[in-house]
Amino acid sequence: MQSRSFPWLWKGVWALALAALVLAGAHAQDLKSFEQKITTKVLPNGLTLIICERPDAPVFSYSTFIDAGDVNDPSGQSGLAHMFEHLAFKGTSQIGTTDYAAEKIALEKVEAANDAYEAEYLKAVGRDEKKLAELKKAFVEAQTKAHKFVIPNQFTDVAERNGAEGLNAETALDNTVFFWSMPENRLELWAWLESSRLADVVPREFYKERDVVNEERRMRTDSNPIGRLVEQLLATAYVAHNYGRSGVGWPSEVSQINATEAMEFHKKYYVGANIVIAVVGDVKAAEALPVLEKYFSRIPAGPKPEEMTTVEPKQFAEKTVAIREQTQPFYVEGYHRPDYRNPDDAVYDAISDILSNGRVSRLYRSLVRDEQIAAEAAGFSPFPGEKYPSLFAFFAVPLPGHTPAQMRDAIHKEIDKLKSADVTDEELAMFKTRTRADLLRGLANNQGLANSLAEYQTRYGDWRELFLQLDKVDKVSKADIRRVANQVFVPGNRTEAWIETESNGKAAAAQQDGGAQ
Amino acid sequence: MKKTFGKLIVFAACALVFVPGALQAQQSKPWEKIPIPKLHEFKPHQPQRIELKNGIVLFLQEDHELPFVSGSVTIPGGSRDEDPDKAGLVGLYGQAWRTSGTAKINGDALDDLLESKAAHIETGGDVDSTALSWDSLKGDSDQVLSLALDLLFHPNFSAEKLELARQEAATNIVRRNDDEGGIAGRESVKLVYGPNSPYTRQPEMATIGAVGLEDLKAWHERTIGGKLIVSVSGDFDPVVMEARLRAAFAGLPRVKVAPARHDDFAGPKPGVYFIDKEDVNQSNVEIVGLGTDRRNPDVPALAVMNEILGGSFASRMFQKIRTEQGLAYAVGGSYGYGWDHPGEFHAMVLTQSATTVDATKLALAEIDGLTTRPFTEEELARAKDNILNSFLFRYDTREKVLAMRVRLEFYGYPSDYLENYRAALEKVTIADLDRVAKKYIHPGKLAILVVGNGPEIKPGLEELKLGPVLPIDITIPMPKQPEVEKKQ
Repeated sequence: MQSRSFPWLWKGVWALALAALVLAGAHAQDLKSFEQKITTKVLPNGLTLIICERPDAPVFSYSTFIDAGDVNDPSGQSGLAHMFEHLAFKGTSQIGTTDYAAEKIALEKVEAANDAYEAEYLKAVGRDEKKLAELKKAFVEAQTKAHKFVIPNQFTDVAERNGAEGLNAETALDNTVFFWSMPENRLELWAWLESSRLADVVPREFYKERDVVNEERRMRTDSNPIGRLVEQLLATAYVAHNYGRSGVGWPSEVSQINATEAMEFHKKYYVGANIVIAVVGDVKAAEALPVLEKYFSRIPAGPKPEEMTTVEPKQFAEKTVAIREQTQPFYVEGYHRPDYRNPDDAVYDAISDILSNGRVSRLYRSLVRDEQIAAEAAGFSPFPGEKYPSLFAFFAVPLPGHTPAQMRDAIHKEIDKLKSADVTDEELAMFKTRTRADLLRGLANNQGLANSLAEYQTRYGDWRELFLQLDKVDKVSKADIRRVANQVFVPGNRTEAWIETESNGKAAAAQQDGGAQ
Repeated sequence: MKKTFGKLIVFAACALVFVPGALQAQQSKPWEKIPIPKLHEFKPHQPQRIELKNGIVLFLQEDHELPFVSGSVTIPGGSRDEDPDKAGLVGLYGQAWRTSGTAKINGDALDDLLESKAAHIETGGDVDSTALSWDSLKGDSDQVLSLALDLLFHPNFSAEKLELARQEAATNIVRRNDDEGGIAGRESVKLVYGPNSPYTRQPEMATIGAVGLEDLKAWHERTIGGKLIVSVSGDFDPVVMEARLRAAFAGLPRVKVAPARHDDFAGPKPGVYFIDKEDVNQSNVEIVGLGTDRRNPDVPALAVMNEILGGSFASRMFQKIRTEQGLAYAVGGSYGYGWDHPGEFHAMVLTQSATTVDATKLALAEIDGLTTRPFTEEELARAKDNILNSFLFRYDTREKVLAMRVRLEFYGYPSDYLENYRAALEKVTIADLDRVAKKYIHPGKLAILVVGNGPEIKPGLEELKLGPVLPIDITIPMPKQPEVEKKQ
């Protein structure tokens, strides 16, 4: 349960930037052919099913898209959505247990023991260390007792024994996605498994899994220079909105999330109206729908959770983050931009494409090819999510001997060009051609298509928007690009972050000309 | 060409094999009542194979679902064949070949032309081969194929683009110690094959500095006469395409087959090795040894053993270290097999500094357990189900079928290799598992590498009681004159 795709660990950035493009745009003709293959049904509990018939090989892929992610974690519980995602692999009252009735009682005791331990642990005054040790022991013992009823990993085992391929899930800030592929004759079995874990999850082995998630944080963030830098960039760029909060969770919070909180998150967000499931492959809608309806109707109806009220206030102060450590230099900056529903959304895609896509891109040609100061440079958006106002981010990887400040200046020079002169007709045409081609290429992959259909259905209320977005792409003009660049790429809207190299504990200040202001 | 197939599965899993009996109290198993109908008939669509008189092989794989055509030319010879004093040559070649372009159209103009059509032509180098590949919308495919062939036969290596490639290579060299996982992967392979092995030697500032334009040209001249494999897939007319490719390739001289390599694969010097990294709070533990190659008839049994050791959520390592102990997110292990040379045995665990020794001991115990803890019928059945029921994902698209055929052709395996492999997997027994575990798993021959934060690792690695902890120096050798002059 890989989660956190912080898009941007190196090359990862390309995948992300391109994915955003793939999802943009298409064509009346493509849409027509897809309308014949796709069946959509909203169940009485509000859950939306999408089936796309693509019978090339006897397999199918699915994507379960939950419109909730770590942006929805309550205050003090950062990392909760991700923690819940891990729980969704632990089985149900029917799978993964030898005796659920007894296990349930044991799990309640685990929770009570954890509460008692936490209450003592969090005492600001008068914490009794001896009592704390006893409570800890009691907590561990309660877990051992509950564990006696567990058949470990039985849920995933049944899936894998039945041919599940690419079994995984991903928790982003905006959403949580579960997915795998399977031979087509396992469709009903899959529907049973998937609906079970969505409707009937059990807080099994929660505290061991919390340790696992803490290791995931150590791997992705703490022990990774770019992971650390990105966490600081976002925490600095945002003052109010949850996009500024560590998605995998701040260590103190993610290590104290409890199972009760995870189950409350589930109750609130895993309701029919908040879930879209897309199935793509060798599936006949007429035969499959009644089967899927039977299983997925088990999911509670519940109202669509209320939207968050916090809106990031307008930034008015330029901000910087400087990390000095024994790591090679790196530069990144971000500018606030509106959410994906903004009419200019496709204009941002055009800007990323023209600045960053391939060896013809402006940032490659200026920083890498001509000035020869960077090994790689790009700008992309939206980051770190798309549902709420996000960032347009730029990064550059300096060549040996070059500094973050040089990266910043060179990126700003390219931004200024975008603001002061129109892009060329060729650049604009290239963006539109590539967007359409990338969309078409993406249609060849069952899993990718399932993810896109579910995502577009969730974000726009209609999967057709995956194709119709091309109209918006076609309407992007040179004047739009210049207007948006002038609006967004201004110093007061910017947060700069960089790593400068320090060796053996001493700042290698000589190597940098600062960048700090 | 990928070096190994059965490489380590990082996010894989494992199941402690609770002895059946103790746990069978489970009530009903509702999922077992769900009918599993017969799978729809499916015959993977094989590409057309054409062997030209000069030995060059063409593969044509029609696929009319989408209006695209893509192709590649695979050329024998890769970084394992380069001069050790010029390590990195193939990487530089792979980049500069494309960015330089041809006499007719330079690389930058080629970029402009192709990108305006959302088309691509790329070149690259690997350990045993280099390749040129292309893809475009159907309407542009004639022109893009012509450009690709021009680049294949008439490259025009430019000093400027070599320099650009060299700078990027230099960046990778100076950054190679920033990422903990990168260090662990690289250094553990060096322990297995030796630091100067053709499979592990790494580019250094001095070796990339020694590569000149003439080297790129010479490399191209030397390899282009080898047994090329040309493959095309997508929305094209096969008769027209065959004629086109024959016209381009049939007139070339008889291919020269490179002599077989005779590399030494001694395996690691057993022991505990350590690399200190001050800015991390998690240790990368790698336990490594020498593996085998795919021609070994024991590979099917080894594949099943791998599945049991670390190949799934129910595998032994995953179950013990992650699920039961919560000591790691990333954990896995397998006995690897290369297509034409030994792969590596490779188990890994990523765990917080303080639990490094505990997690290492558990991983070693699971490796050791392969020879001491009997395999159960349940484990065998699970592993076979896992592998066989997902087997069709190896050929569920025409693109995958084609890529496999090219790979088999490249390494000289029969075209029905996958079918035979599947049949052999089905026949694996407990006795086979016992036999291969005893034959191939030798804990005493493994090296243990830990990359982590020394002062935080308590208890220390000496607690493993496997002899002295041997530090590895990963200092990057830098020439006296900086490669790139500071500009600011």
